[in-house]
Amino acid sequence: MSQDDTPVLSVEDLRVHFHGDGPVSLAVDGIDITIHRRETVCIVGESGCGKTITALTIMGLLPQPPGKIAGGRIFFKGQSLLDLPEEALRKLRGRHIAMIFQEPMSSLNPVFTIGNQINEAILAHETLSEDEALQRTLQLLQDVGIPDPQKRRHAYPHQLSGGQRQRAMIAMALACGPDLIIADEPTTALDVTVQAQILKLLQGLQQKRQMAIQYITHDLGVVAAIADRVYVMYAGLIVEQGTTSHIFSSPRHPYTRALLDSLPGKEKRGQRLYSIPGNVPHPAYKPTGCPFHPRCQHRQPKCARFFPTLCDYGEGHRARCPILYESEGTVGGRCEWKNL
Amino acid sequence: METRPNHAQETIVDDAYMPPSLSPWRETWRLLRQNSMALIGLVIFMFFFGIALTGMLLTSGDAPILDPAQIRLQEKLRPPLARPNLETLQPAEVPELGIYLLGTDDLGRDVFARMLQGAWVSLTVGFVAVAIAVAIGIFLGGLSGYYGQEYIQVIQIVMVLIAGVALWLAATHAWPGAVFLAIGGAAGWLLYRRYAGGSKKSATPDALRWLSRPIMSVDTLIMRLVDIMLCFPSFFLILTVVALLPPSLYNIMVVIGLTSWMGTTRFVRAEFLSLREQDFVAAARALGISDMRIIFRHIMPNAVAPVLVSATLGIASAMLTEAGLSFLGFGVPPPHATWGNILSDGKDFIFDAPWLTFAPGIVILVVVLAFNLFGEGLRDILNPKLRKRT
Repeated sequence: MSQDDTPVLSVEDLRVHFHGDGPVSLAVDGIDITIHRRETVCIVGESGCGKTITALTIMGLLPQPPGKIAGGRIFFKGQSLLDLPEEALRKLRGRHIAMIFQEPMSSLNPVFTIGNQINEAILAHETLSEDEALQRTLQLLQDVGIPDPQKRRHAYPHQLSGGQRQRAMIAMALACGPDLIIADEPTTALDVTVQAQILKLLQGLQQKRQMAIQYITHDLGVVAAIADRVYVMYAGLIVEQGTTSHIFSSPRHPYTRALLDSLPGKEKRGQRLYSIPGNVPHPAYKPTGCPFHPRCQHRQPKCARFFPTLCDYGEGHRARCPILYESEGTVGGRCEWKNL
Repeated sequence: METRPNHAQETIVDDAYMPPSLSPWRETWRLLRQNSMALIGLVIFMFFFGIALTGMLLTSGDAPILDPAQIRLQEKLRPPLARPNLETLQPAEVPELGIYLLGTDDLGRDVFARMLQGAWVSLTVGFVAVAIAVAIGIFLGGLSGYYGQEYIQVIQIVMVLIAGVALWLAATHAWPGAVFLAIGGAAGWLLYRRYAGGSKKSATPDALRWLSRPIMSVDTLIMRLVDIMLCFPSFFLILTVVALLPPSLYNIMVVIGLTSWMGTTRFVRAEFLSLREQDFVAAARALGISDMRIIFRHIMPNAVAPVLVSATLGIASAMLTEAGLSFLGFGVPPPHATWGNILSDGKDFIFDAPWLTFAPGIVILVVVLAFNLFGEGLRDILNPKLRKRT
């Protein structure tokens, strides 16, 4: 079946620029992402490196202006999203691609009950009788683990705990059985135990419903728990991509290594935790060459003069650092610098 | 799979420690009961509403129980609580109550019956005019707040003009012209969309590019319209319009409504400006809900509080305007009684028969005051920052 082979989502060389008063901000600077069916793909990176902008652009929710899609293509099941008219895109949103937001409190409308809002999500795309929609709502609430759905559907968002609100948000996202769910840091605002519950819930739902999940986070602990493959983003670029075991056991980019080093761990007890010096560069004032070189422990003079391409380590594992490739690279791949 | 005891426990905990389920309306009612002035306003309003409703039933129809138009010249200018002189009256002319509660006017008409009839006029004028104003205000304010930054293009102005002319032609029964314009306009629009209005600017032929030039933002258009409307002294604007139109209750309501929507528009726009940036709007958009539904179904309920307040205050001012117009003789045409024209008729006899001016005057004062009190109280209740902390 050719349908099975086409990735659910494929982003090719996407560039998103922001035009403000000053110089143009290159928020997303040419990224490629592929997500297959039933796959959980994590996008990791510090705040301000373009993760959320990528998600919004895929959804077609990028505020334009000031944002501008400067290049690249986005395919959803082989269909080019950037060429679709707004109305067709709107029908796709929610029905085939759904999004879960970071703040479950503010993402629910405070004046409607959650049952009402889930109902709204269903009826936005499907013509169902009131009774059928109600049955679906109750089923969804049950699926996301909200106890006593019959009663709880009458609750207003402010009457629910953070975890339950996020469960309600997930129920809304699932309402029309999407093929892809984009989760933008859905557990950041929750405490750790609730976070674990939500992750478990998402995984269970994914298996039951055969969806793909694009999970955006800055928490490597979450990544280890749920991801099949990982993209590490830095300053609007993918700096490393590979399976979860590649990323965690043999990271090939200094940034990935620095992120892993800054995780607390048992063997680091009593030591001062590592932190990466400096900040993510402002997207309008990126350094020349490799954007990470000012903060990099392995930097060499040519890092500032040449732009690194992705170096292939095989099995889909790629990293944007020729320096490490030269010292540790495996045979058979290729890697080069690009002149600026 | 969760173990059974664990699940049961969770259910118990959730039920026991949830706050009691109060809908926003019940919460508002609870707060209203604590605000005595607003409560007084509401009680007077409900009382007035009941009076107006029964008054309408008692004074309308072919043979009303209390006939406000019954002229009894021999009974003119009787003081309040006077008994009718049964010897000089025909049996049909005797008032049903057997007493002139508020006296009679210079034609011997029962002022109480006339006040009842006027109450219904005031009520309908207040509500219908405000309903018109609020509908316009919500619509324009919502558009202005939500689409504020979108620019209007030359083509859109052209299309609106064509549609307007077509409608005008249709209204004057010039059907061939109207149909021609409608079809021509639609064809032009489709051709424009096909060849020039696409997302890719480069595909637009140079000759047509001026059509997609932005002129001004939606926000500018609507808010400057509001500014223009506010420039007119509204009472004189209403007077002018009413003087040109045939006098009728409906014209008064429509004209008051059409000249008092600006405040609501500004309120709604201001609310929308902050609400449209909220996450739940982004979430609704991510669910693929259409813009119109987002505006009126998702954002609007969050913005009703100031609208409700301004509507309540607006009812009072619409009643006052109607009374003023009737007083000046531009209001509801004479045989029909309104508070304004009872007052106007009575002013000639203010020293001989003060009840003719005092009755409508005091009632107008009390009702308008009640609405204002209720509106102010509602504002305090619906704005958490103004709530009294006890």
